[in-house]
Amino acid sequence: MAGSVLEIKNLHVSIEDKEILKGVNLTVKGGEFHAIMGPNGTGKSTLASAIMGHPKYEITEGSITLDGEDVLEMEVDERARAGLFLAMQYPSEVSGVTTSDFLRSAINARREEGDEIQLMKFIKDLDKDLDFLEIDQSMATRYLNEGFSGGEKKRNEILQLMQIKPDIAILDEIDSGLDIDALKVVSKGINKMRGEDFGCLIITHYQRLLNYITPDFVHVMMQGRVVKSGGPELAQRLEAEGYDWIKEELGIEDETVGQNA
Amino acid sequence: MTVDTKLPYDRSYIEQFSSLHNEPTWMTELRVNALEKAETLELPKPDKTKIGKWNFTKFKHVATGATISSLSELPTEIQDFFDADALPENLVIQRNQTVAFAKLSQELADKGVIFTDIFTALNKHEELVKRYYMKDAVSVDEHKLTALHAALMNGGVFVYVPKNVQIEKPLQAIFWQEDPEVALVNHVLVVAEENSSLTYVENYISNNADEDTVANIVTEVIAQDNAKISFGAVDNFAAGTTTYVNRRGVGYRDATIDWALGQMNDGNTVSENVTHLIGDGGVSNANAVTVGRGKQTQNFTAKIVQFGKNTDGQILQRGVMKESATSIFNAIGKIEHGASGANSEQTSRVLMLSEKARGDANPILLIEEDDVTAGHAASVGRVDPMQLYYFMSRGITQEEAERLVIHGFLDPVVRQLPIDAVKKQLKQVIERKVN
Repeated sequence: MAGSVLEIKNLHVSIEDKEILKGVNLTVKGGEFHAIMGPNGTGKSTLASAIMGHPKYEITEGSITLDGEDVLEMEVDERARAGLFLAMQYPSEVSGVTTSDFLRSAINARREEGDEIQLMKFIKDLDKDLDFLEIDQSMATRYLNEGFSGGEKKRNEILQLMQIKPDIAILDEIDSGLDIDALKVVSKGINKMRGEDFGCLIITHYQRLLNYITPDFVHVMMQGRVVKSGGPELAQRLEAEGYDWIKEELGIEDETVGQNA
Repeated sequence: MTVDTKLPYDRSYIEQFSSLHNEPTWMTELRVNALEKAETLELPKPDKTKIGKWNFTKFKHVATGATISSLSELPTEIQDFFDADALPENLVIQRNQTVAFAKLSQELADKGVIFTDIFTALNKHEELVKRYYMKDAVSVDEHKLTALHAALMNGGVFVYVPKNVQIEKPLQAIFWQEDPEVALVNHVLVVAEENSSLTYVENYISNNADEDTVANIVTEVIAQDNAKISFGAVDNFAAGTTTYVNRRGVGYRDATIDWALGQMNDGNTVSENVTHLIGDGGVSNANAVTVGRGKQTQNFTAKIVQFGKNTDGQILQRGVMKESATSIFNAIGKIEHGASGANSEQTSRVLMLSEKARGDANPILLIEEDDVTAGHAASVGRVDPMQLYYFMSRGITQEEAERLVIHGFLDPVVRQLPIDAVKKQLKQVIERKVN
């Protein structure tokens, strides 16, 4: 089966009556890696949260569909079971619930009652992914994200990605706060997911992540819109020259949301 | 005093009951004197909970139960208290007021360990019981309910561990109120002599959802110098039972008393768990957990009073309130004058799951010595919406997410329970109360 298609059309999103996204158009298909770049405050994380259904964000216009199904009509958990995944920038700490219990619940949520994953198989798969991500086995029995370092939280998000195997994943600044070794490991995990059944939307404001993960498409967001799209060469030019040339080209003075050109 | 609180049993009834059990004279006298006091003493006044209209005095006092020859004769809800592959070696099952089953390993018996029902203990180990029964821990005349307890005590166990005896395997007591109307006036007395150690776990269970009755429980736990007692409990009285439960510990020099209490009653409950650290170097960890549901009102007090130098008192309470349940959590750390080097810490956390649920945490530190350390934390809150969002973003339904969050919230206390089978059983009770 070919991969899924996530289609975002003319998406407008507000938080507390302030419009953050002002007409985003984007299509992510299985097999494709997209990078969304842009300076801080341009709406990148809002896009990620709006796709997943964060309760604070209100969609005022436009549509999001996954394989033709209306995502905006779905609850957050339904979106996830439909195939979406969001690696969060600031994942919650959950005292009392171990990483292992959390993951098993997430996996079983996708299976029928009575067809829960066998414990031994689950442990074997989990151990394999822990090793692959160079995570200490003890993380499985630690409370989810509680007392984790920034790097551990990011690795844990990627661990979840590998375990849950979504159709389309959105990675919100998965590289922030990582040292170079951790960045390499996290990238290795993401690259392992590559395949025609997996599409990925990588949100970052550093080009350096893209030294390890080669995107098929690169988009630049400013003022709550995608203002420029291209191939991997666009990311390289941004690395070399920064964002000023795009602002100049488009006549943008302040790229952040709320400042209209 | 209103007519409602008139006591249902008189002196001649009590004398007759006492003689039926062949009790020593001092015990009969203790009962009769207590009855007199019960008539005049007032009910206790738990902070912020009015119990004046609760039924503590109307109940049926006597019921027997059939004995069993094998644990397999028990209903599954009671078999859940055991690990089928490792049946307890030391077990007492009290069915109504009958000892339905009793077992103590030969090894422990040879070492002089006593684990028997309270009536047998009064006959066979009279001096030991007399030495401790309502003397150093709980007094008869504290209030109406302690007096009533002393007058009408109708069940319980006696645990005695001699000097230098360390018990590895736990002692387990199950108090099964099979008769839906009979009151349980239960007395548990645990004595650990110098340098001894033990783990004791008790389970209370009843099924009287509709019939009203009473549980009036006094538990006295004595740890002599350097003794270590690990005390676990799962209380699971049904909605019809109004419960007063008083678990009190007294620890002498370098003694440790650790509590892990799963307070899962469905009826109105007043629970006091007080530990007195008398000697220097004593330690107590008081852990308690509860889930409130329906319309029940509960009041929990966890209190550690430190008299000895360099003592350490730690209180940890966690409660989940759902539907229209109301609970007050009082945590009291008291350091007496002269207890230099003492440390008192406490944390009470309440999670509320509905608009009508009420939870209140009262952190109290009473300190009368300068050279001490102390700290407290209390919080009352709802399920964090960001946590729910995180769970749901992984495909987990809101219902399942709440279930996981609740178990997680209670886990720091649940994991302290000293027997795995009881821990598992507590998780099941939590599960049942949460869904």
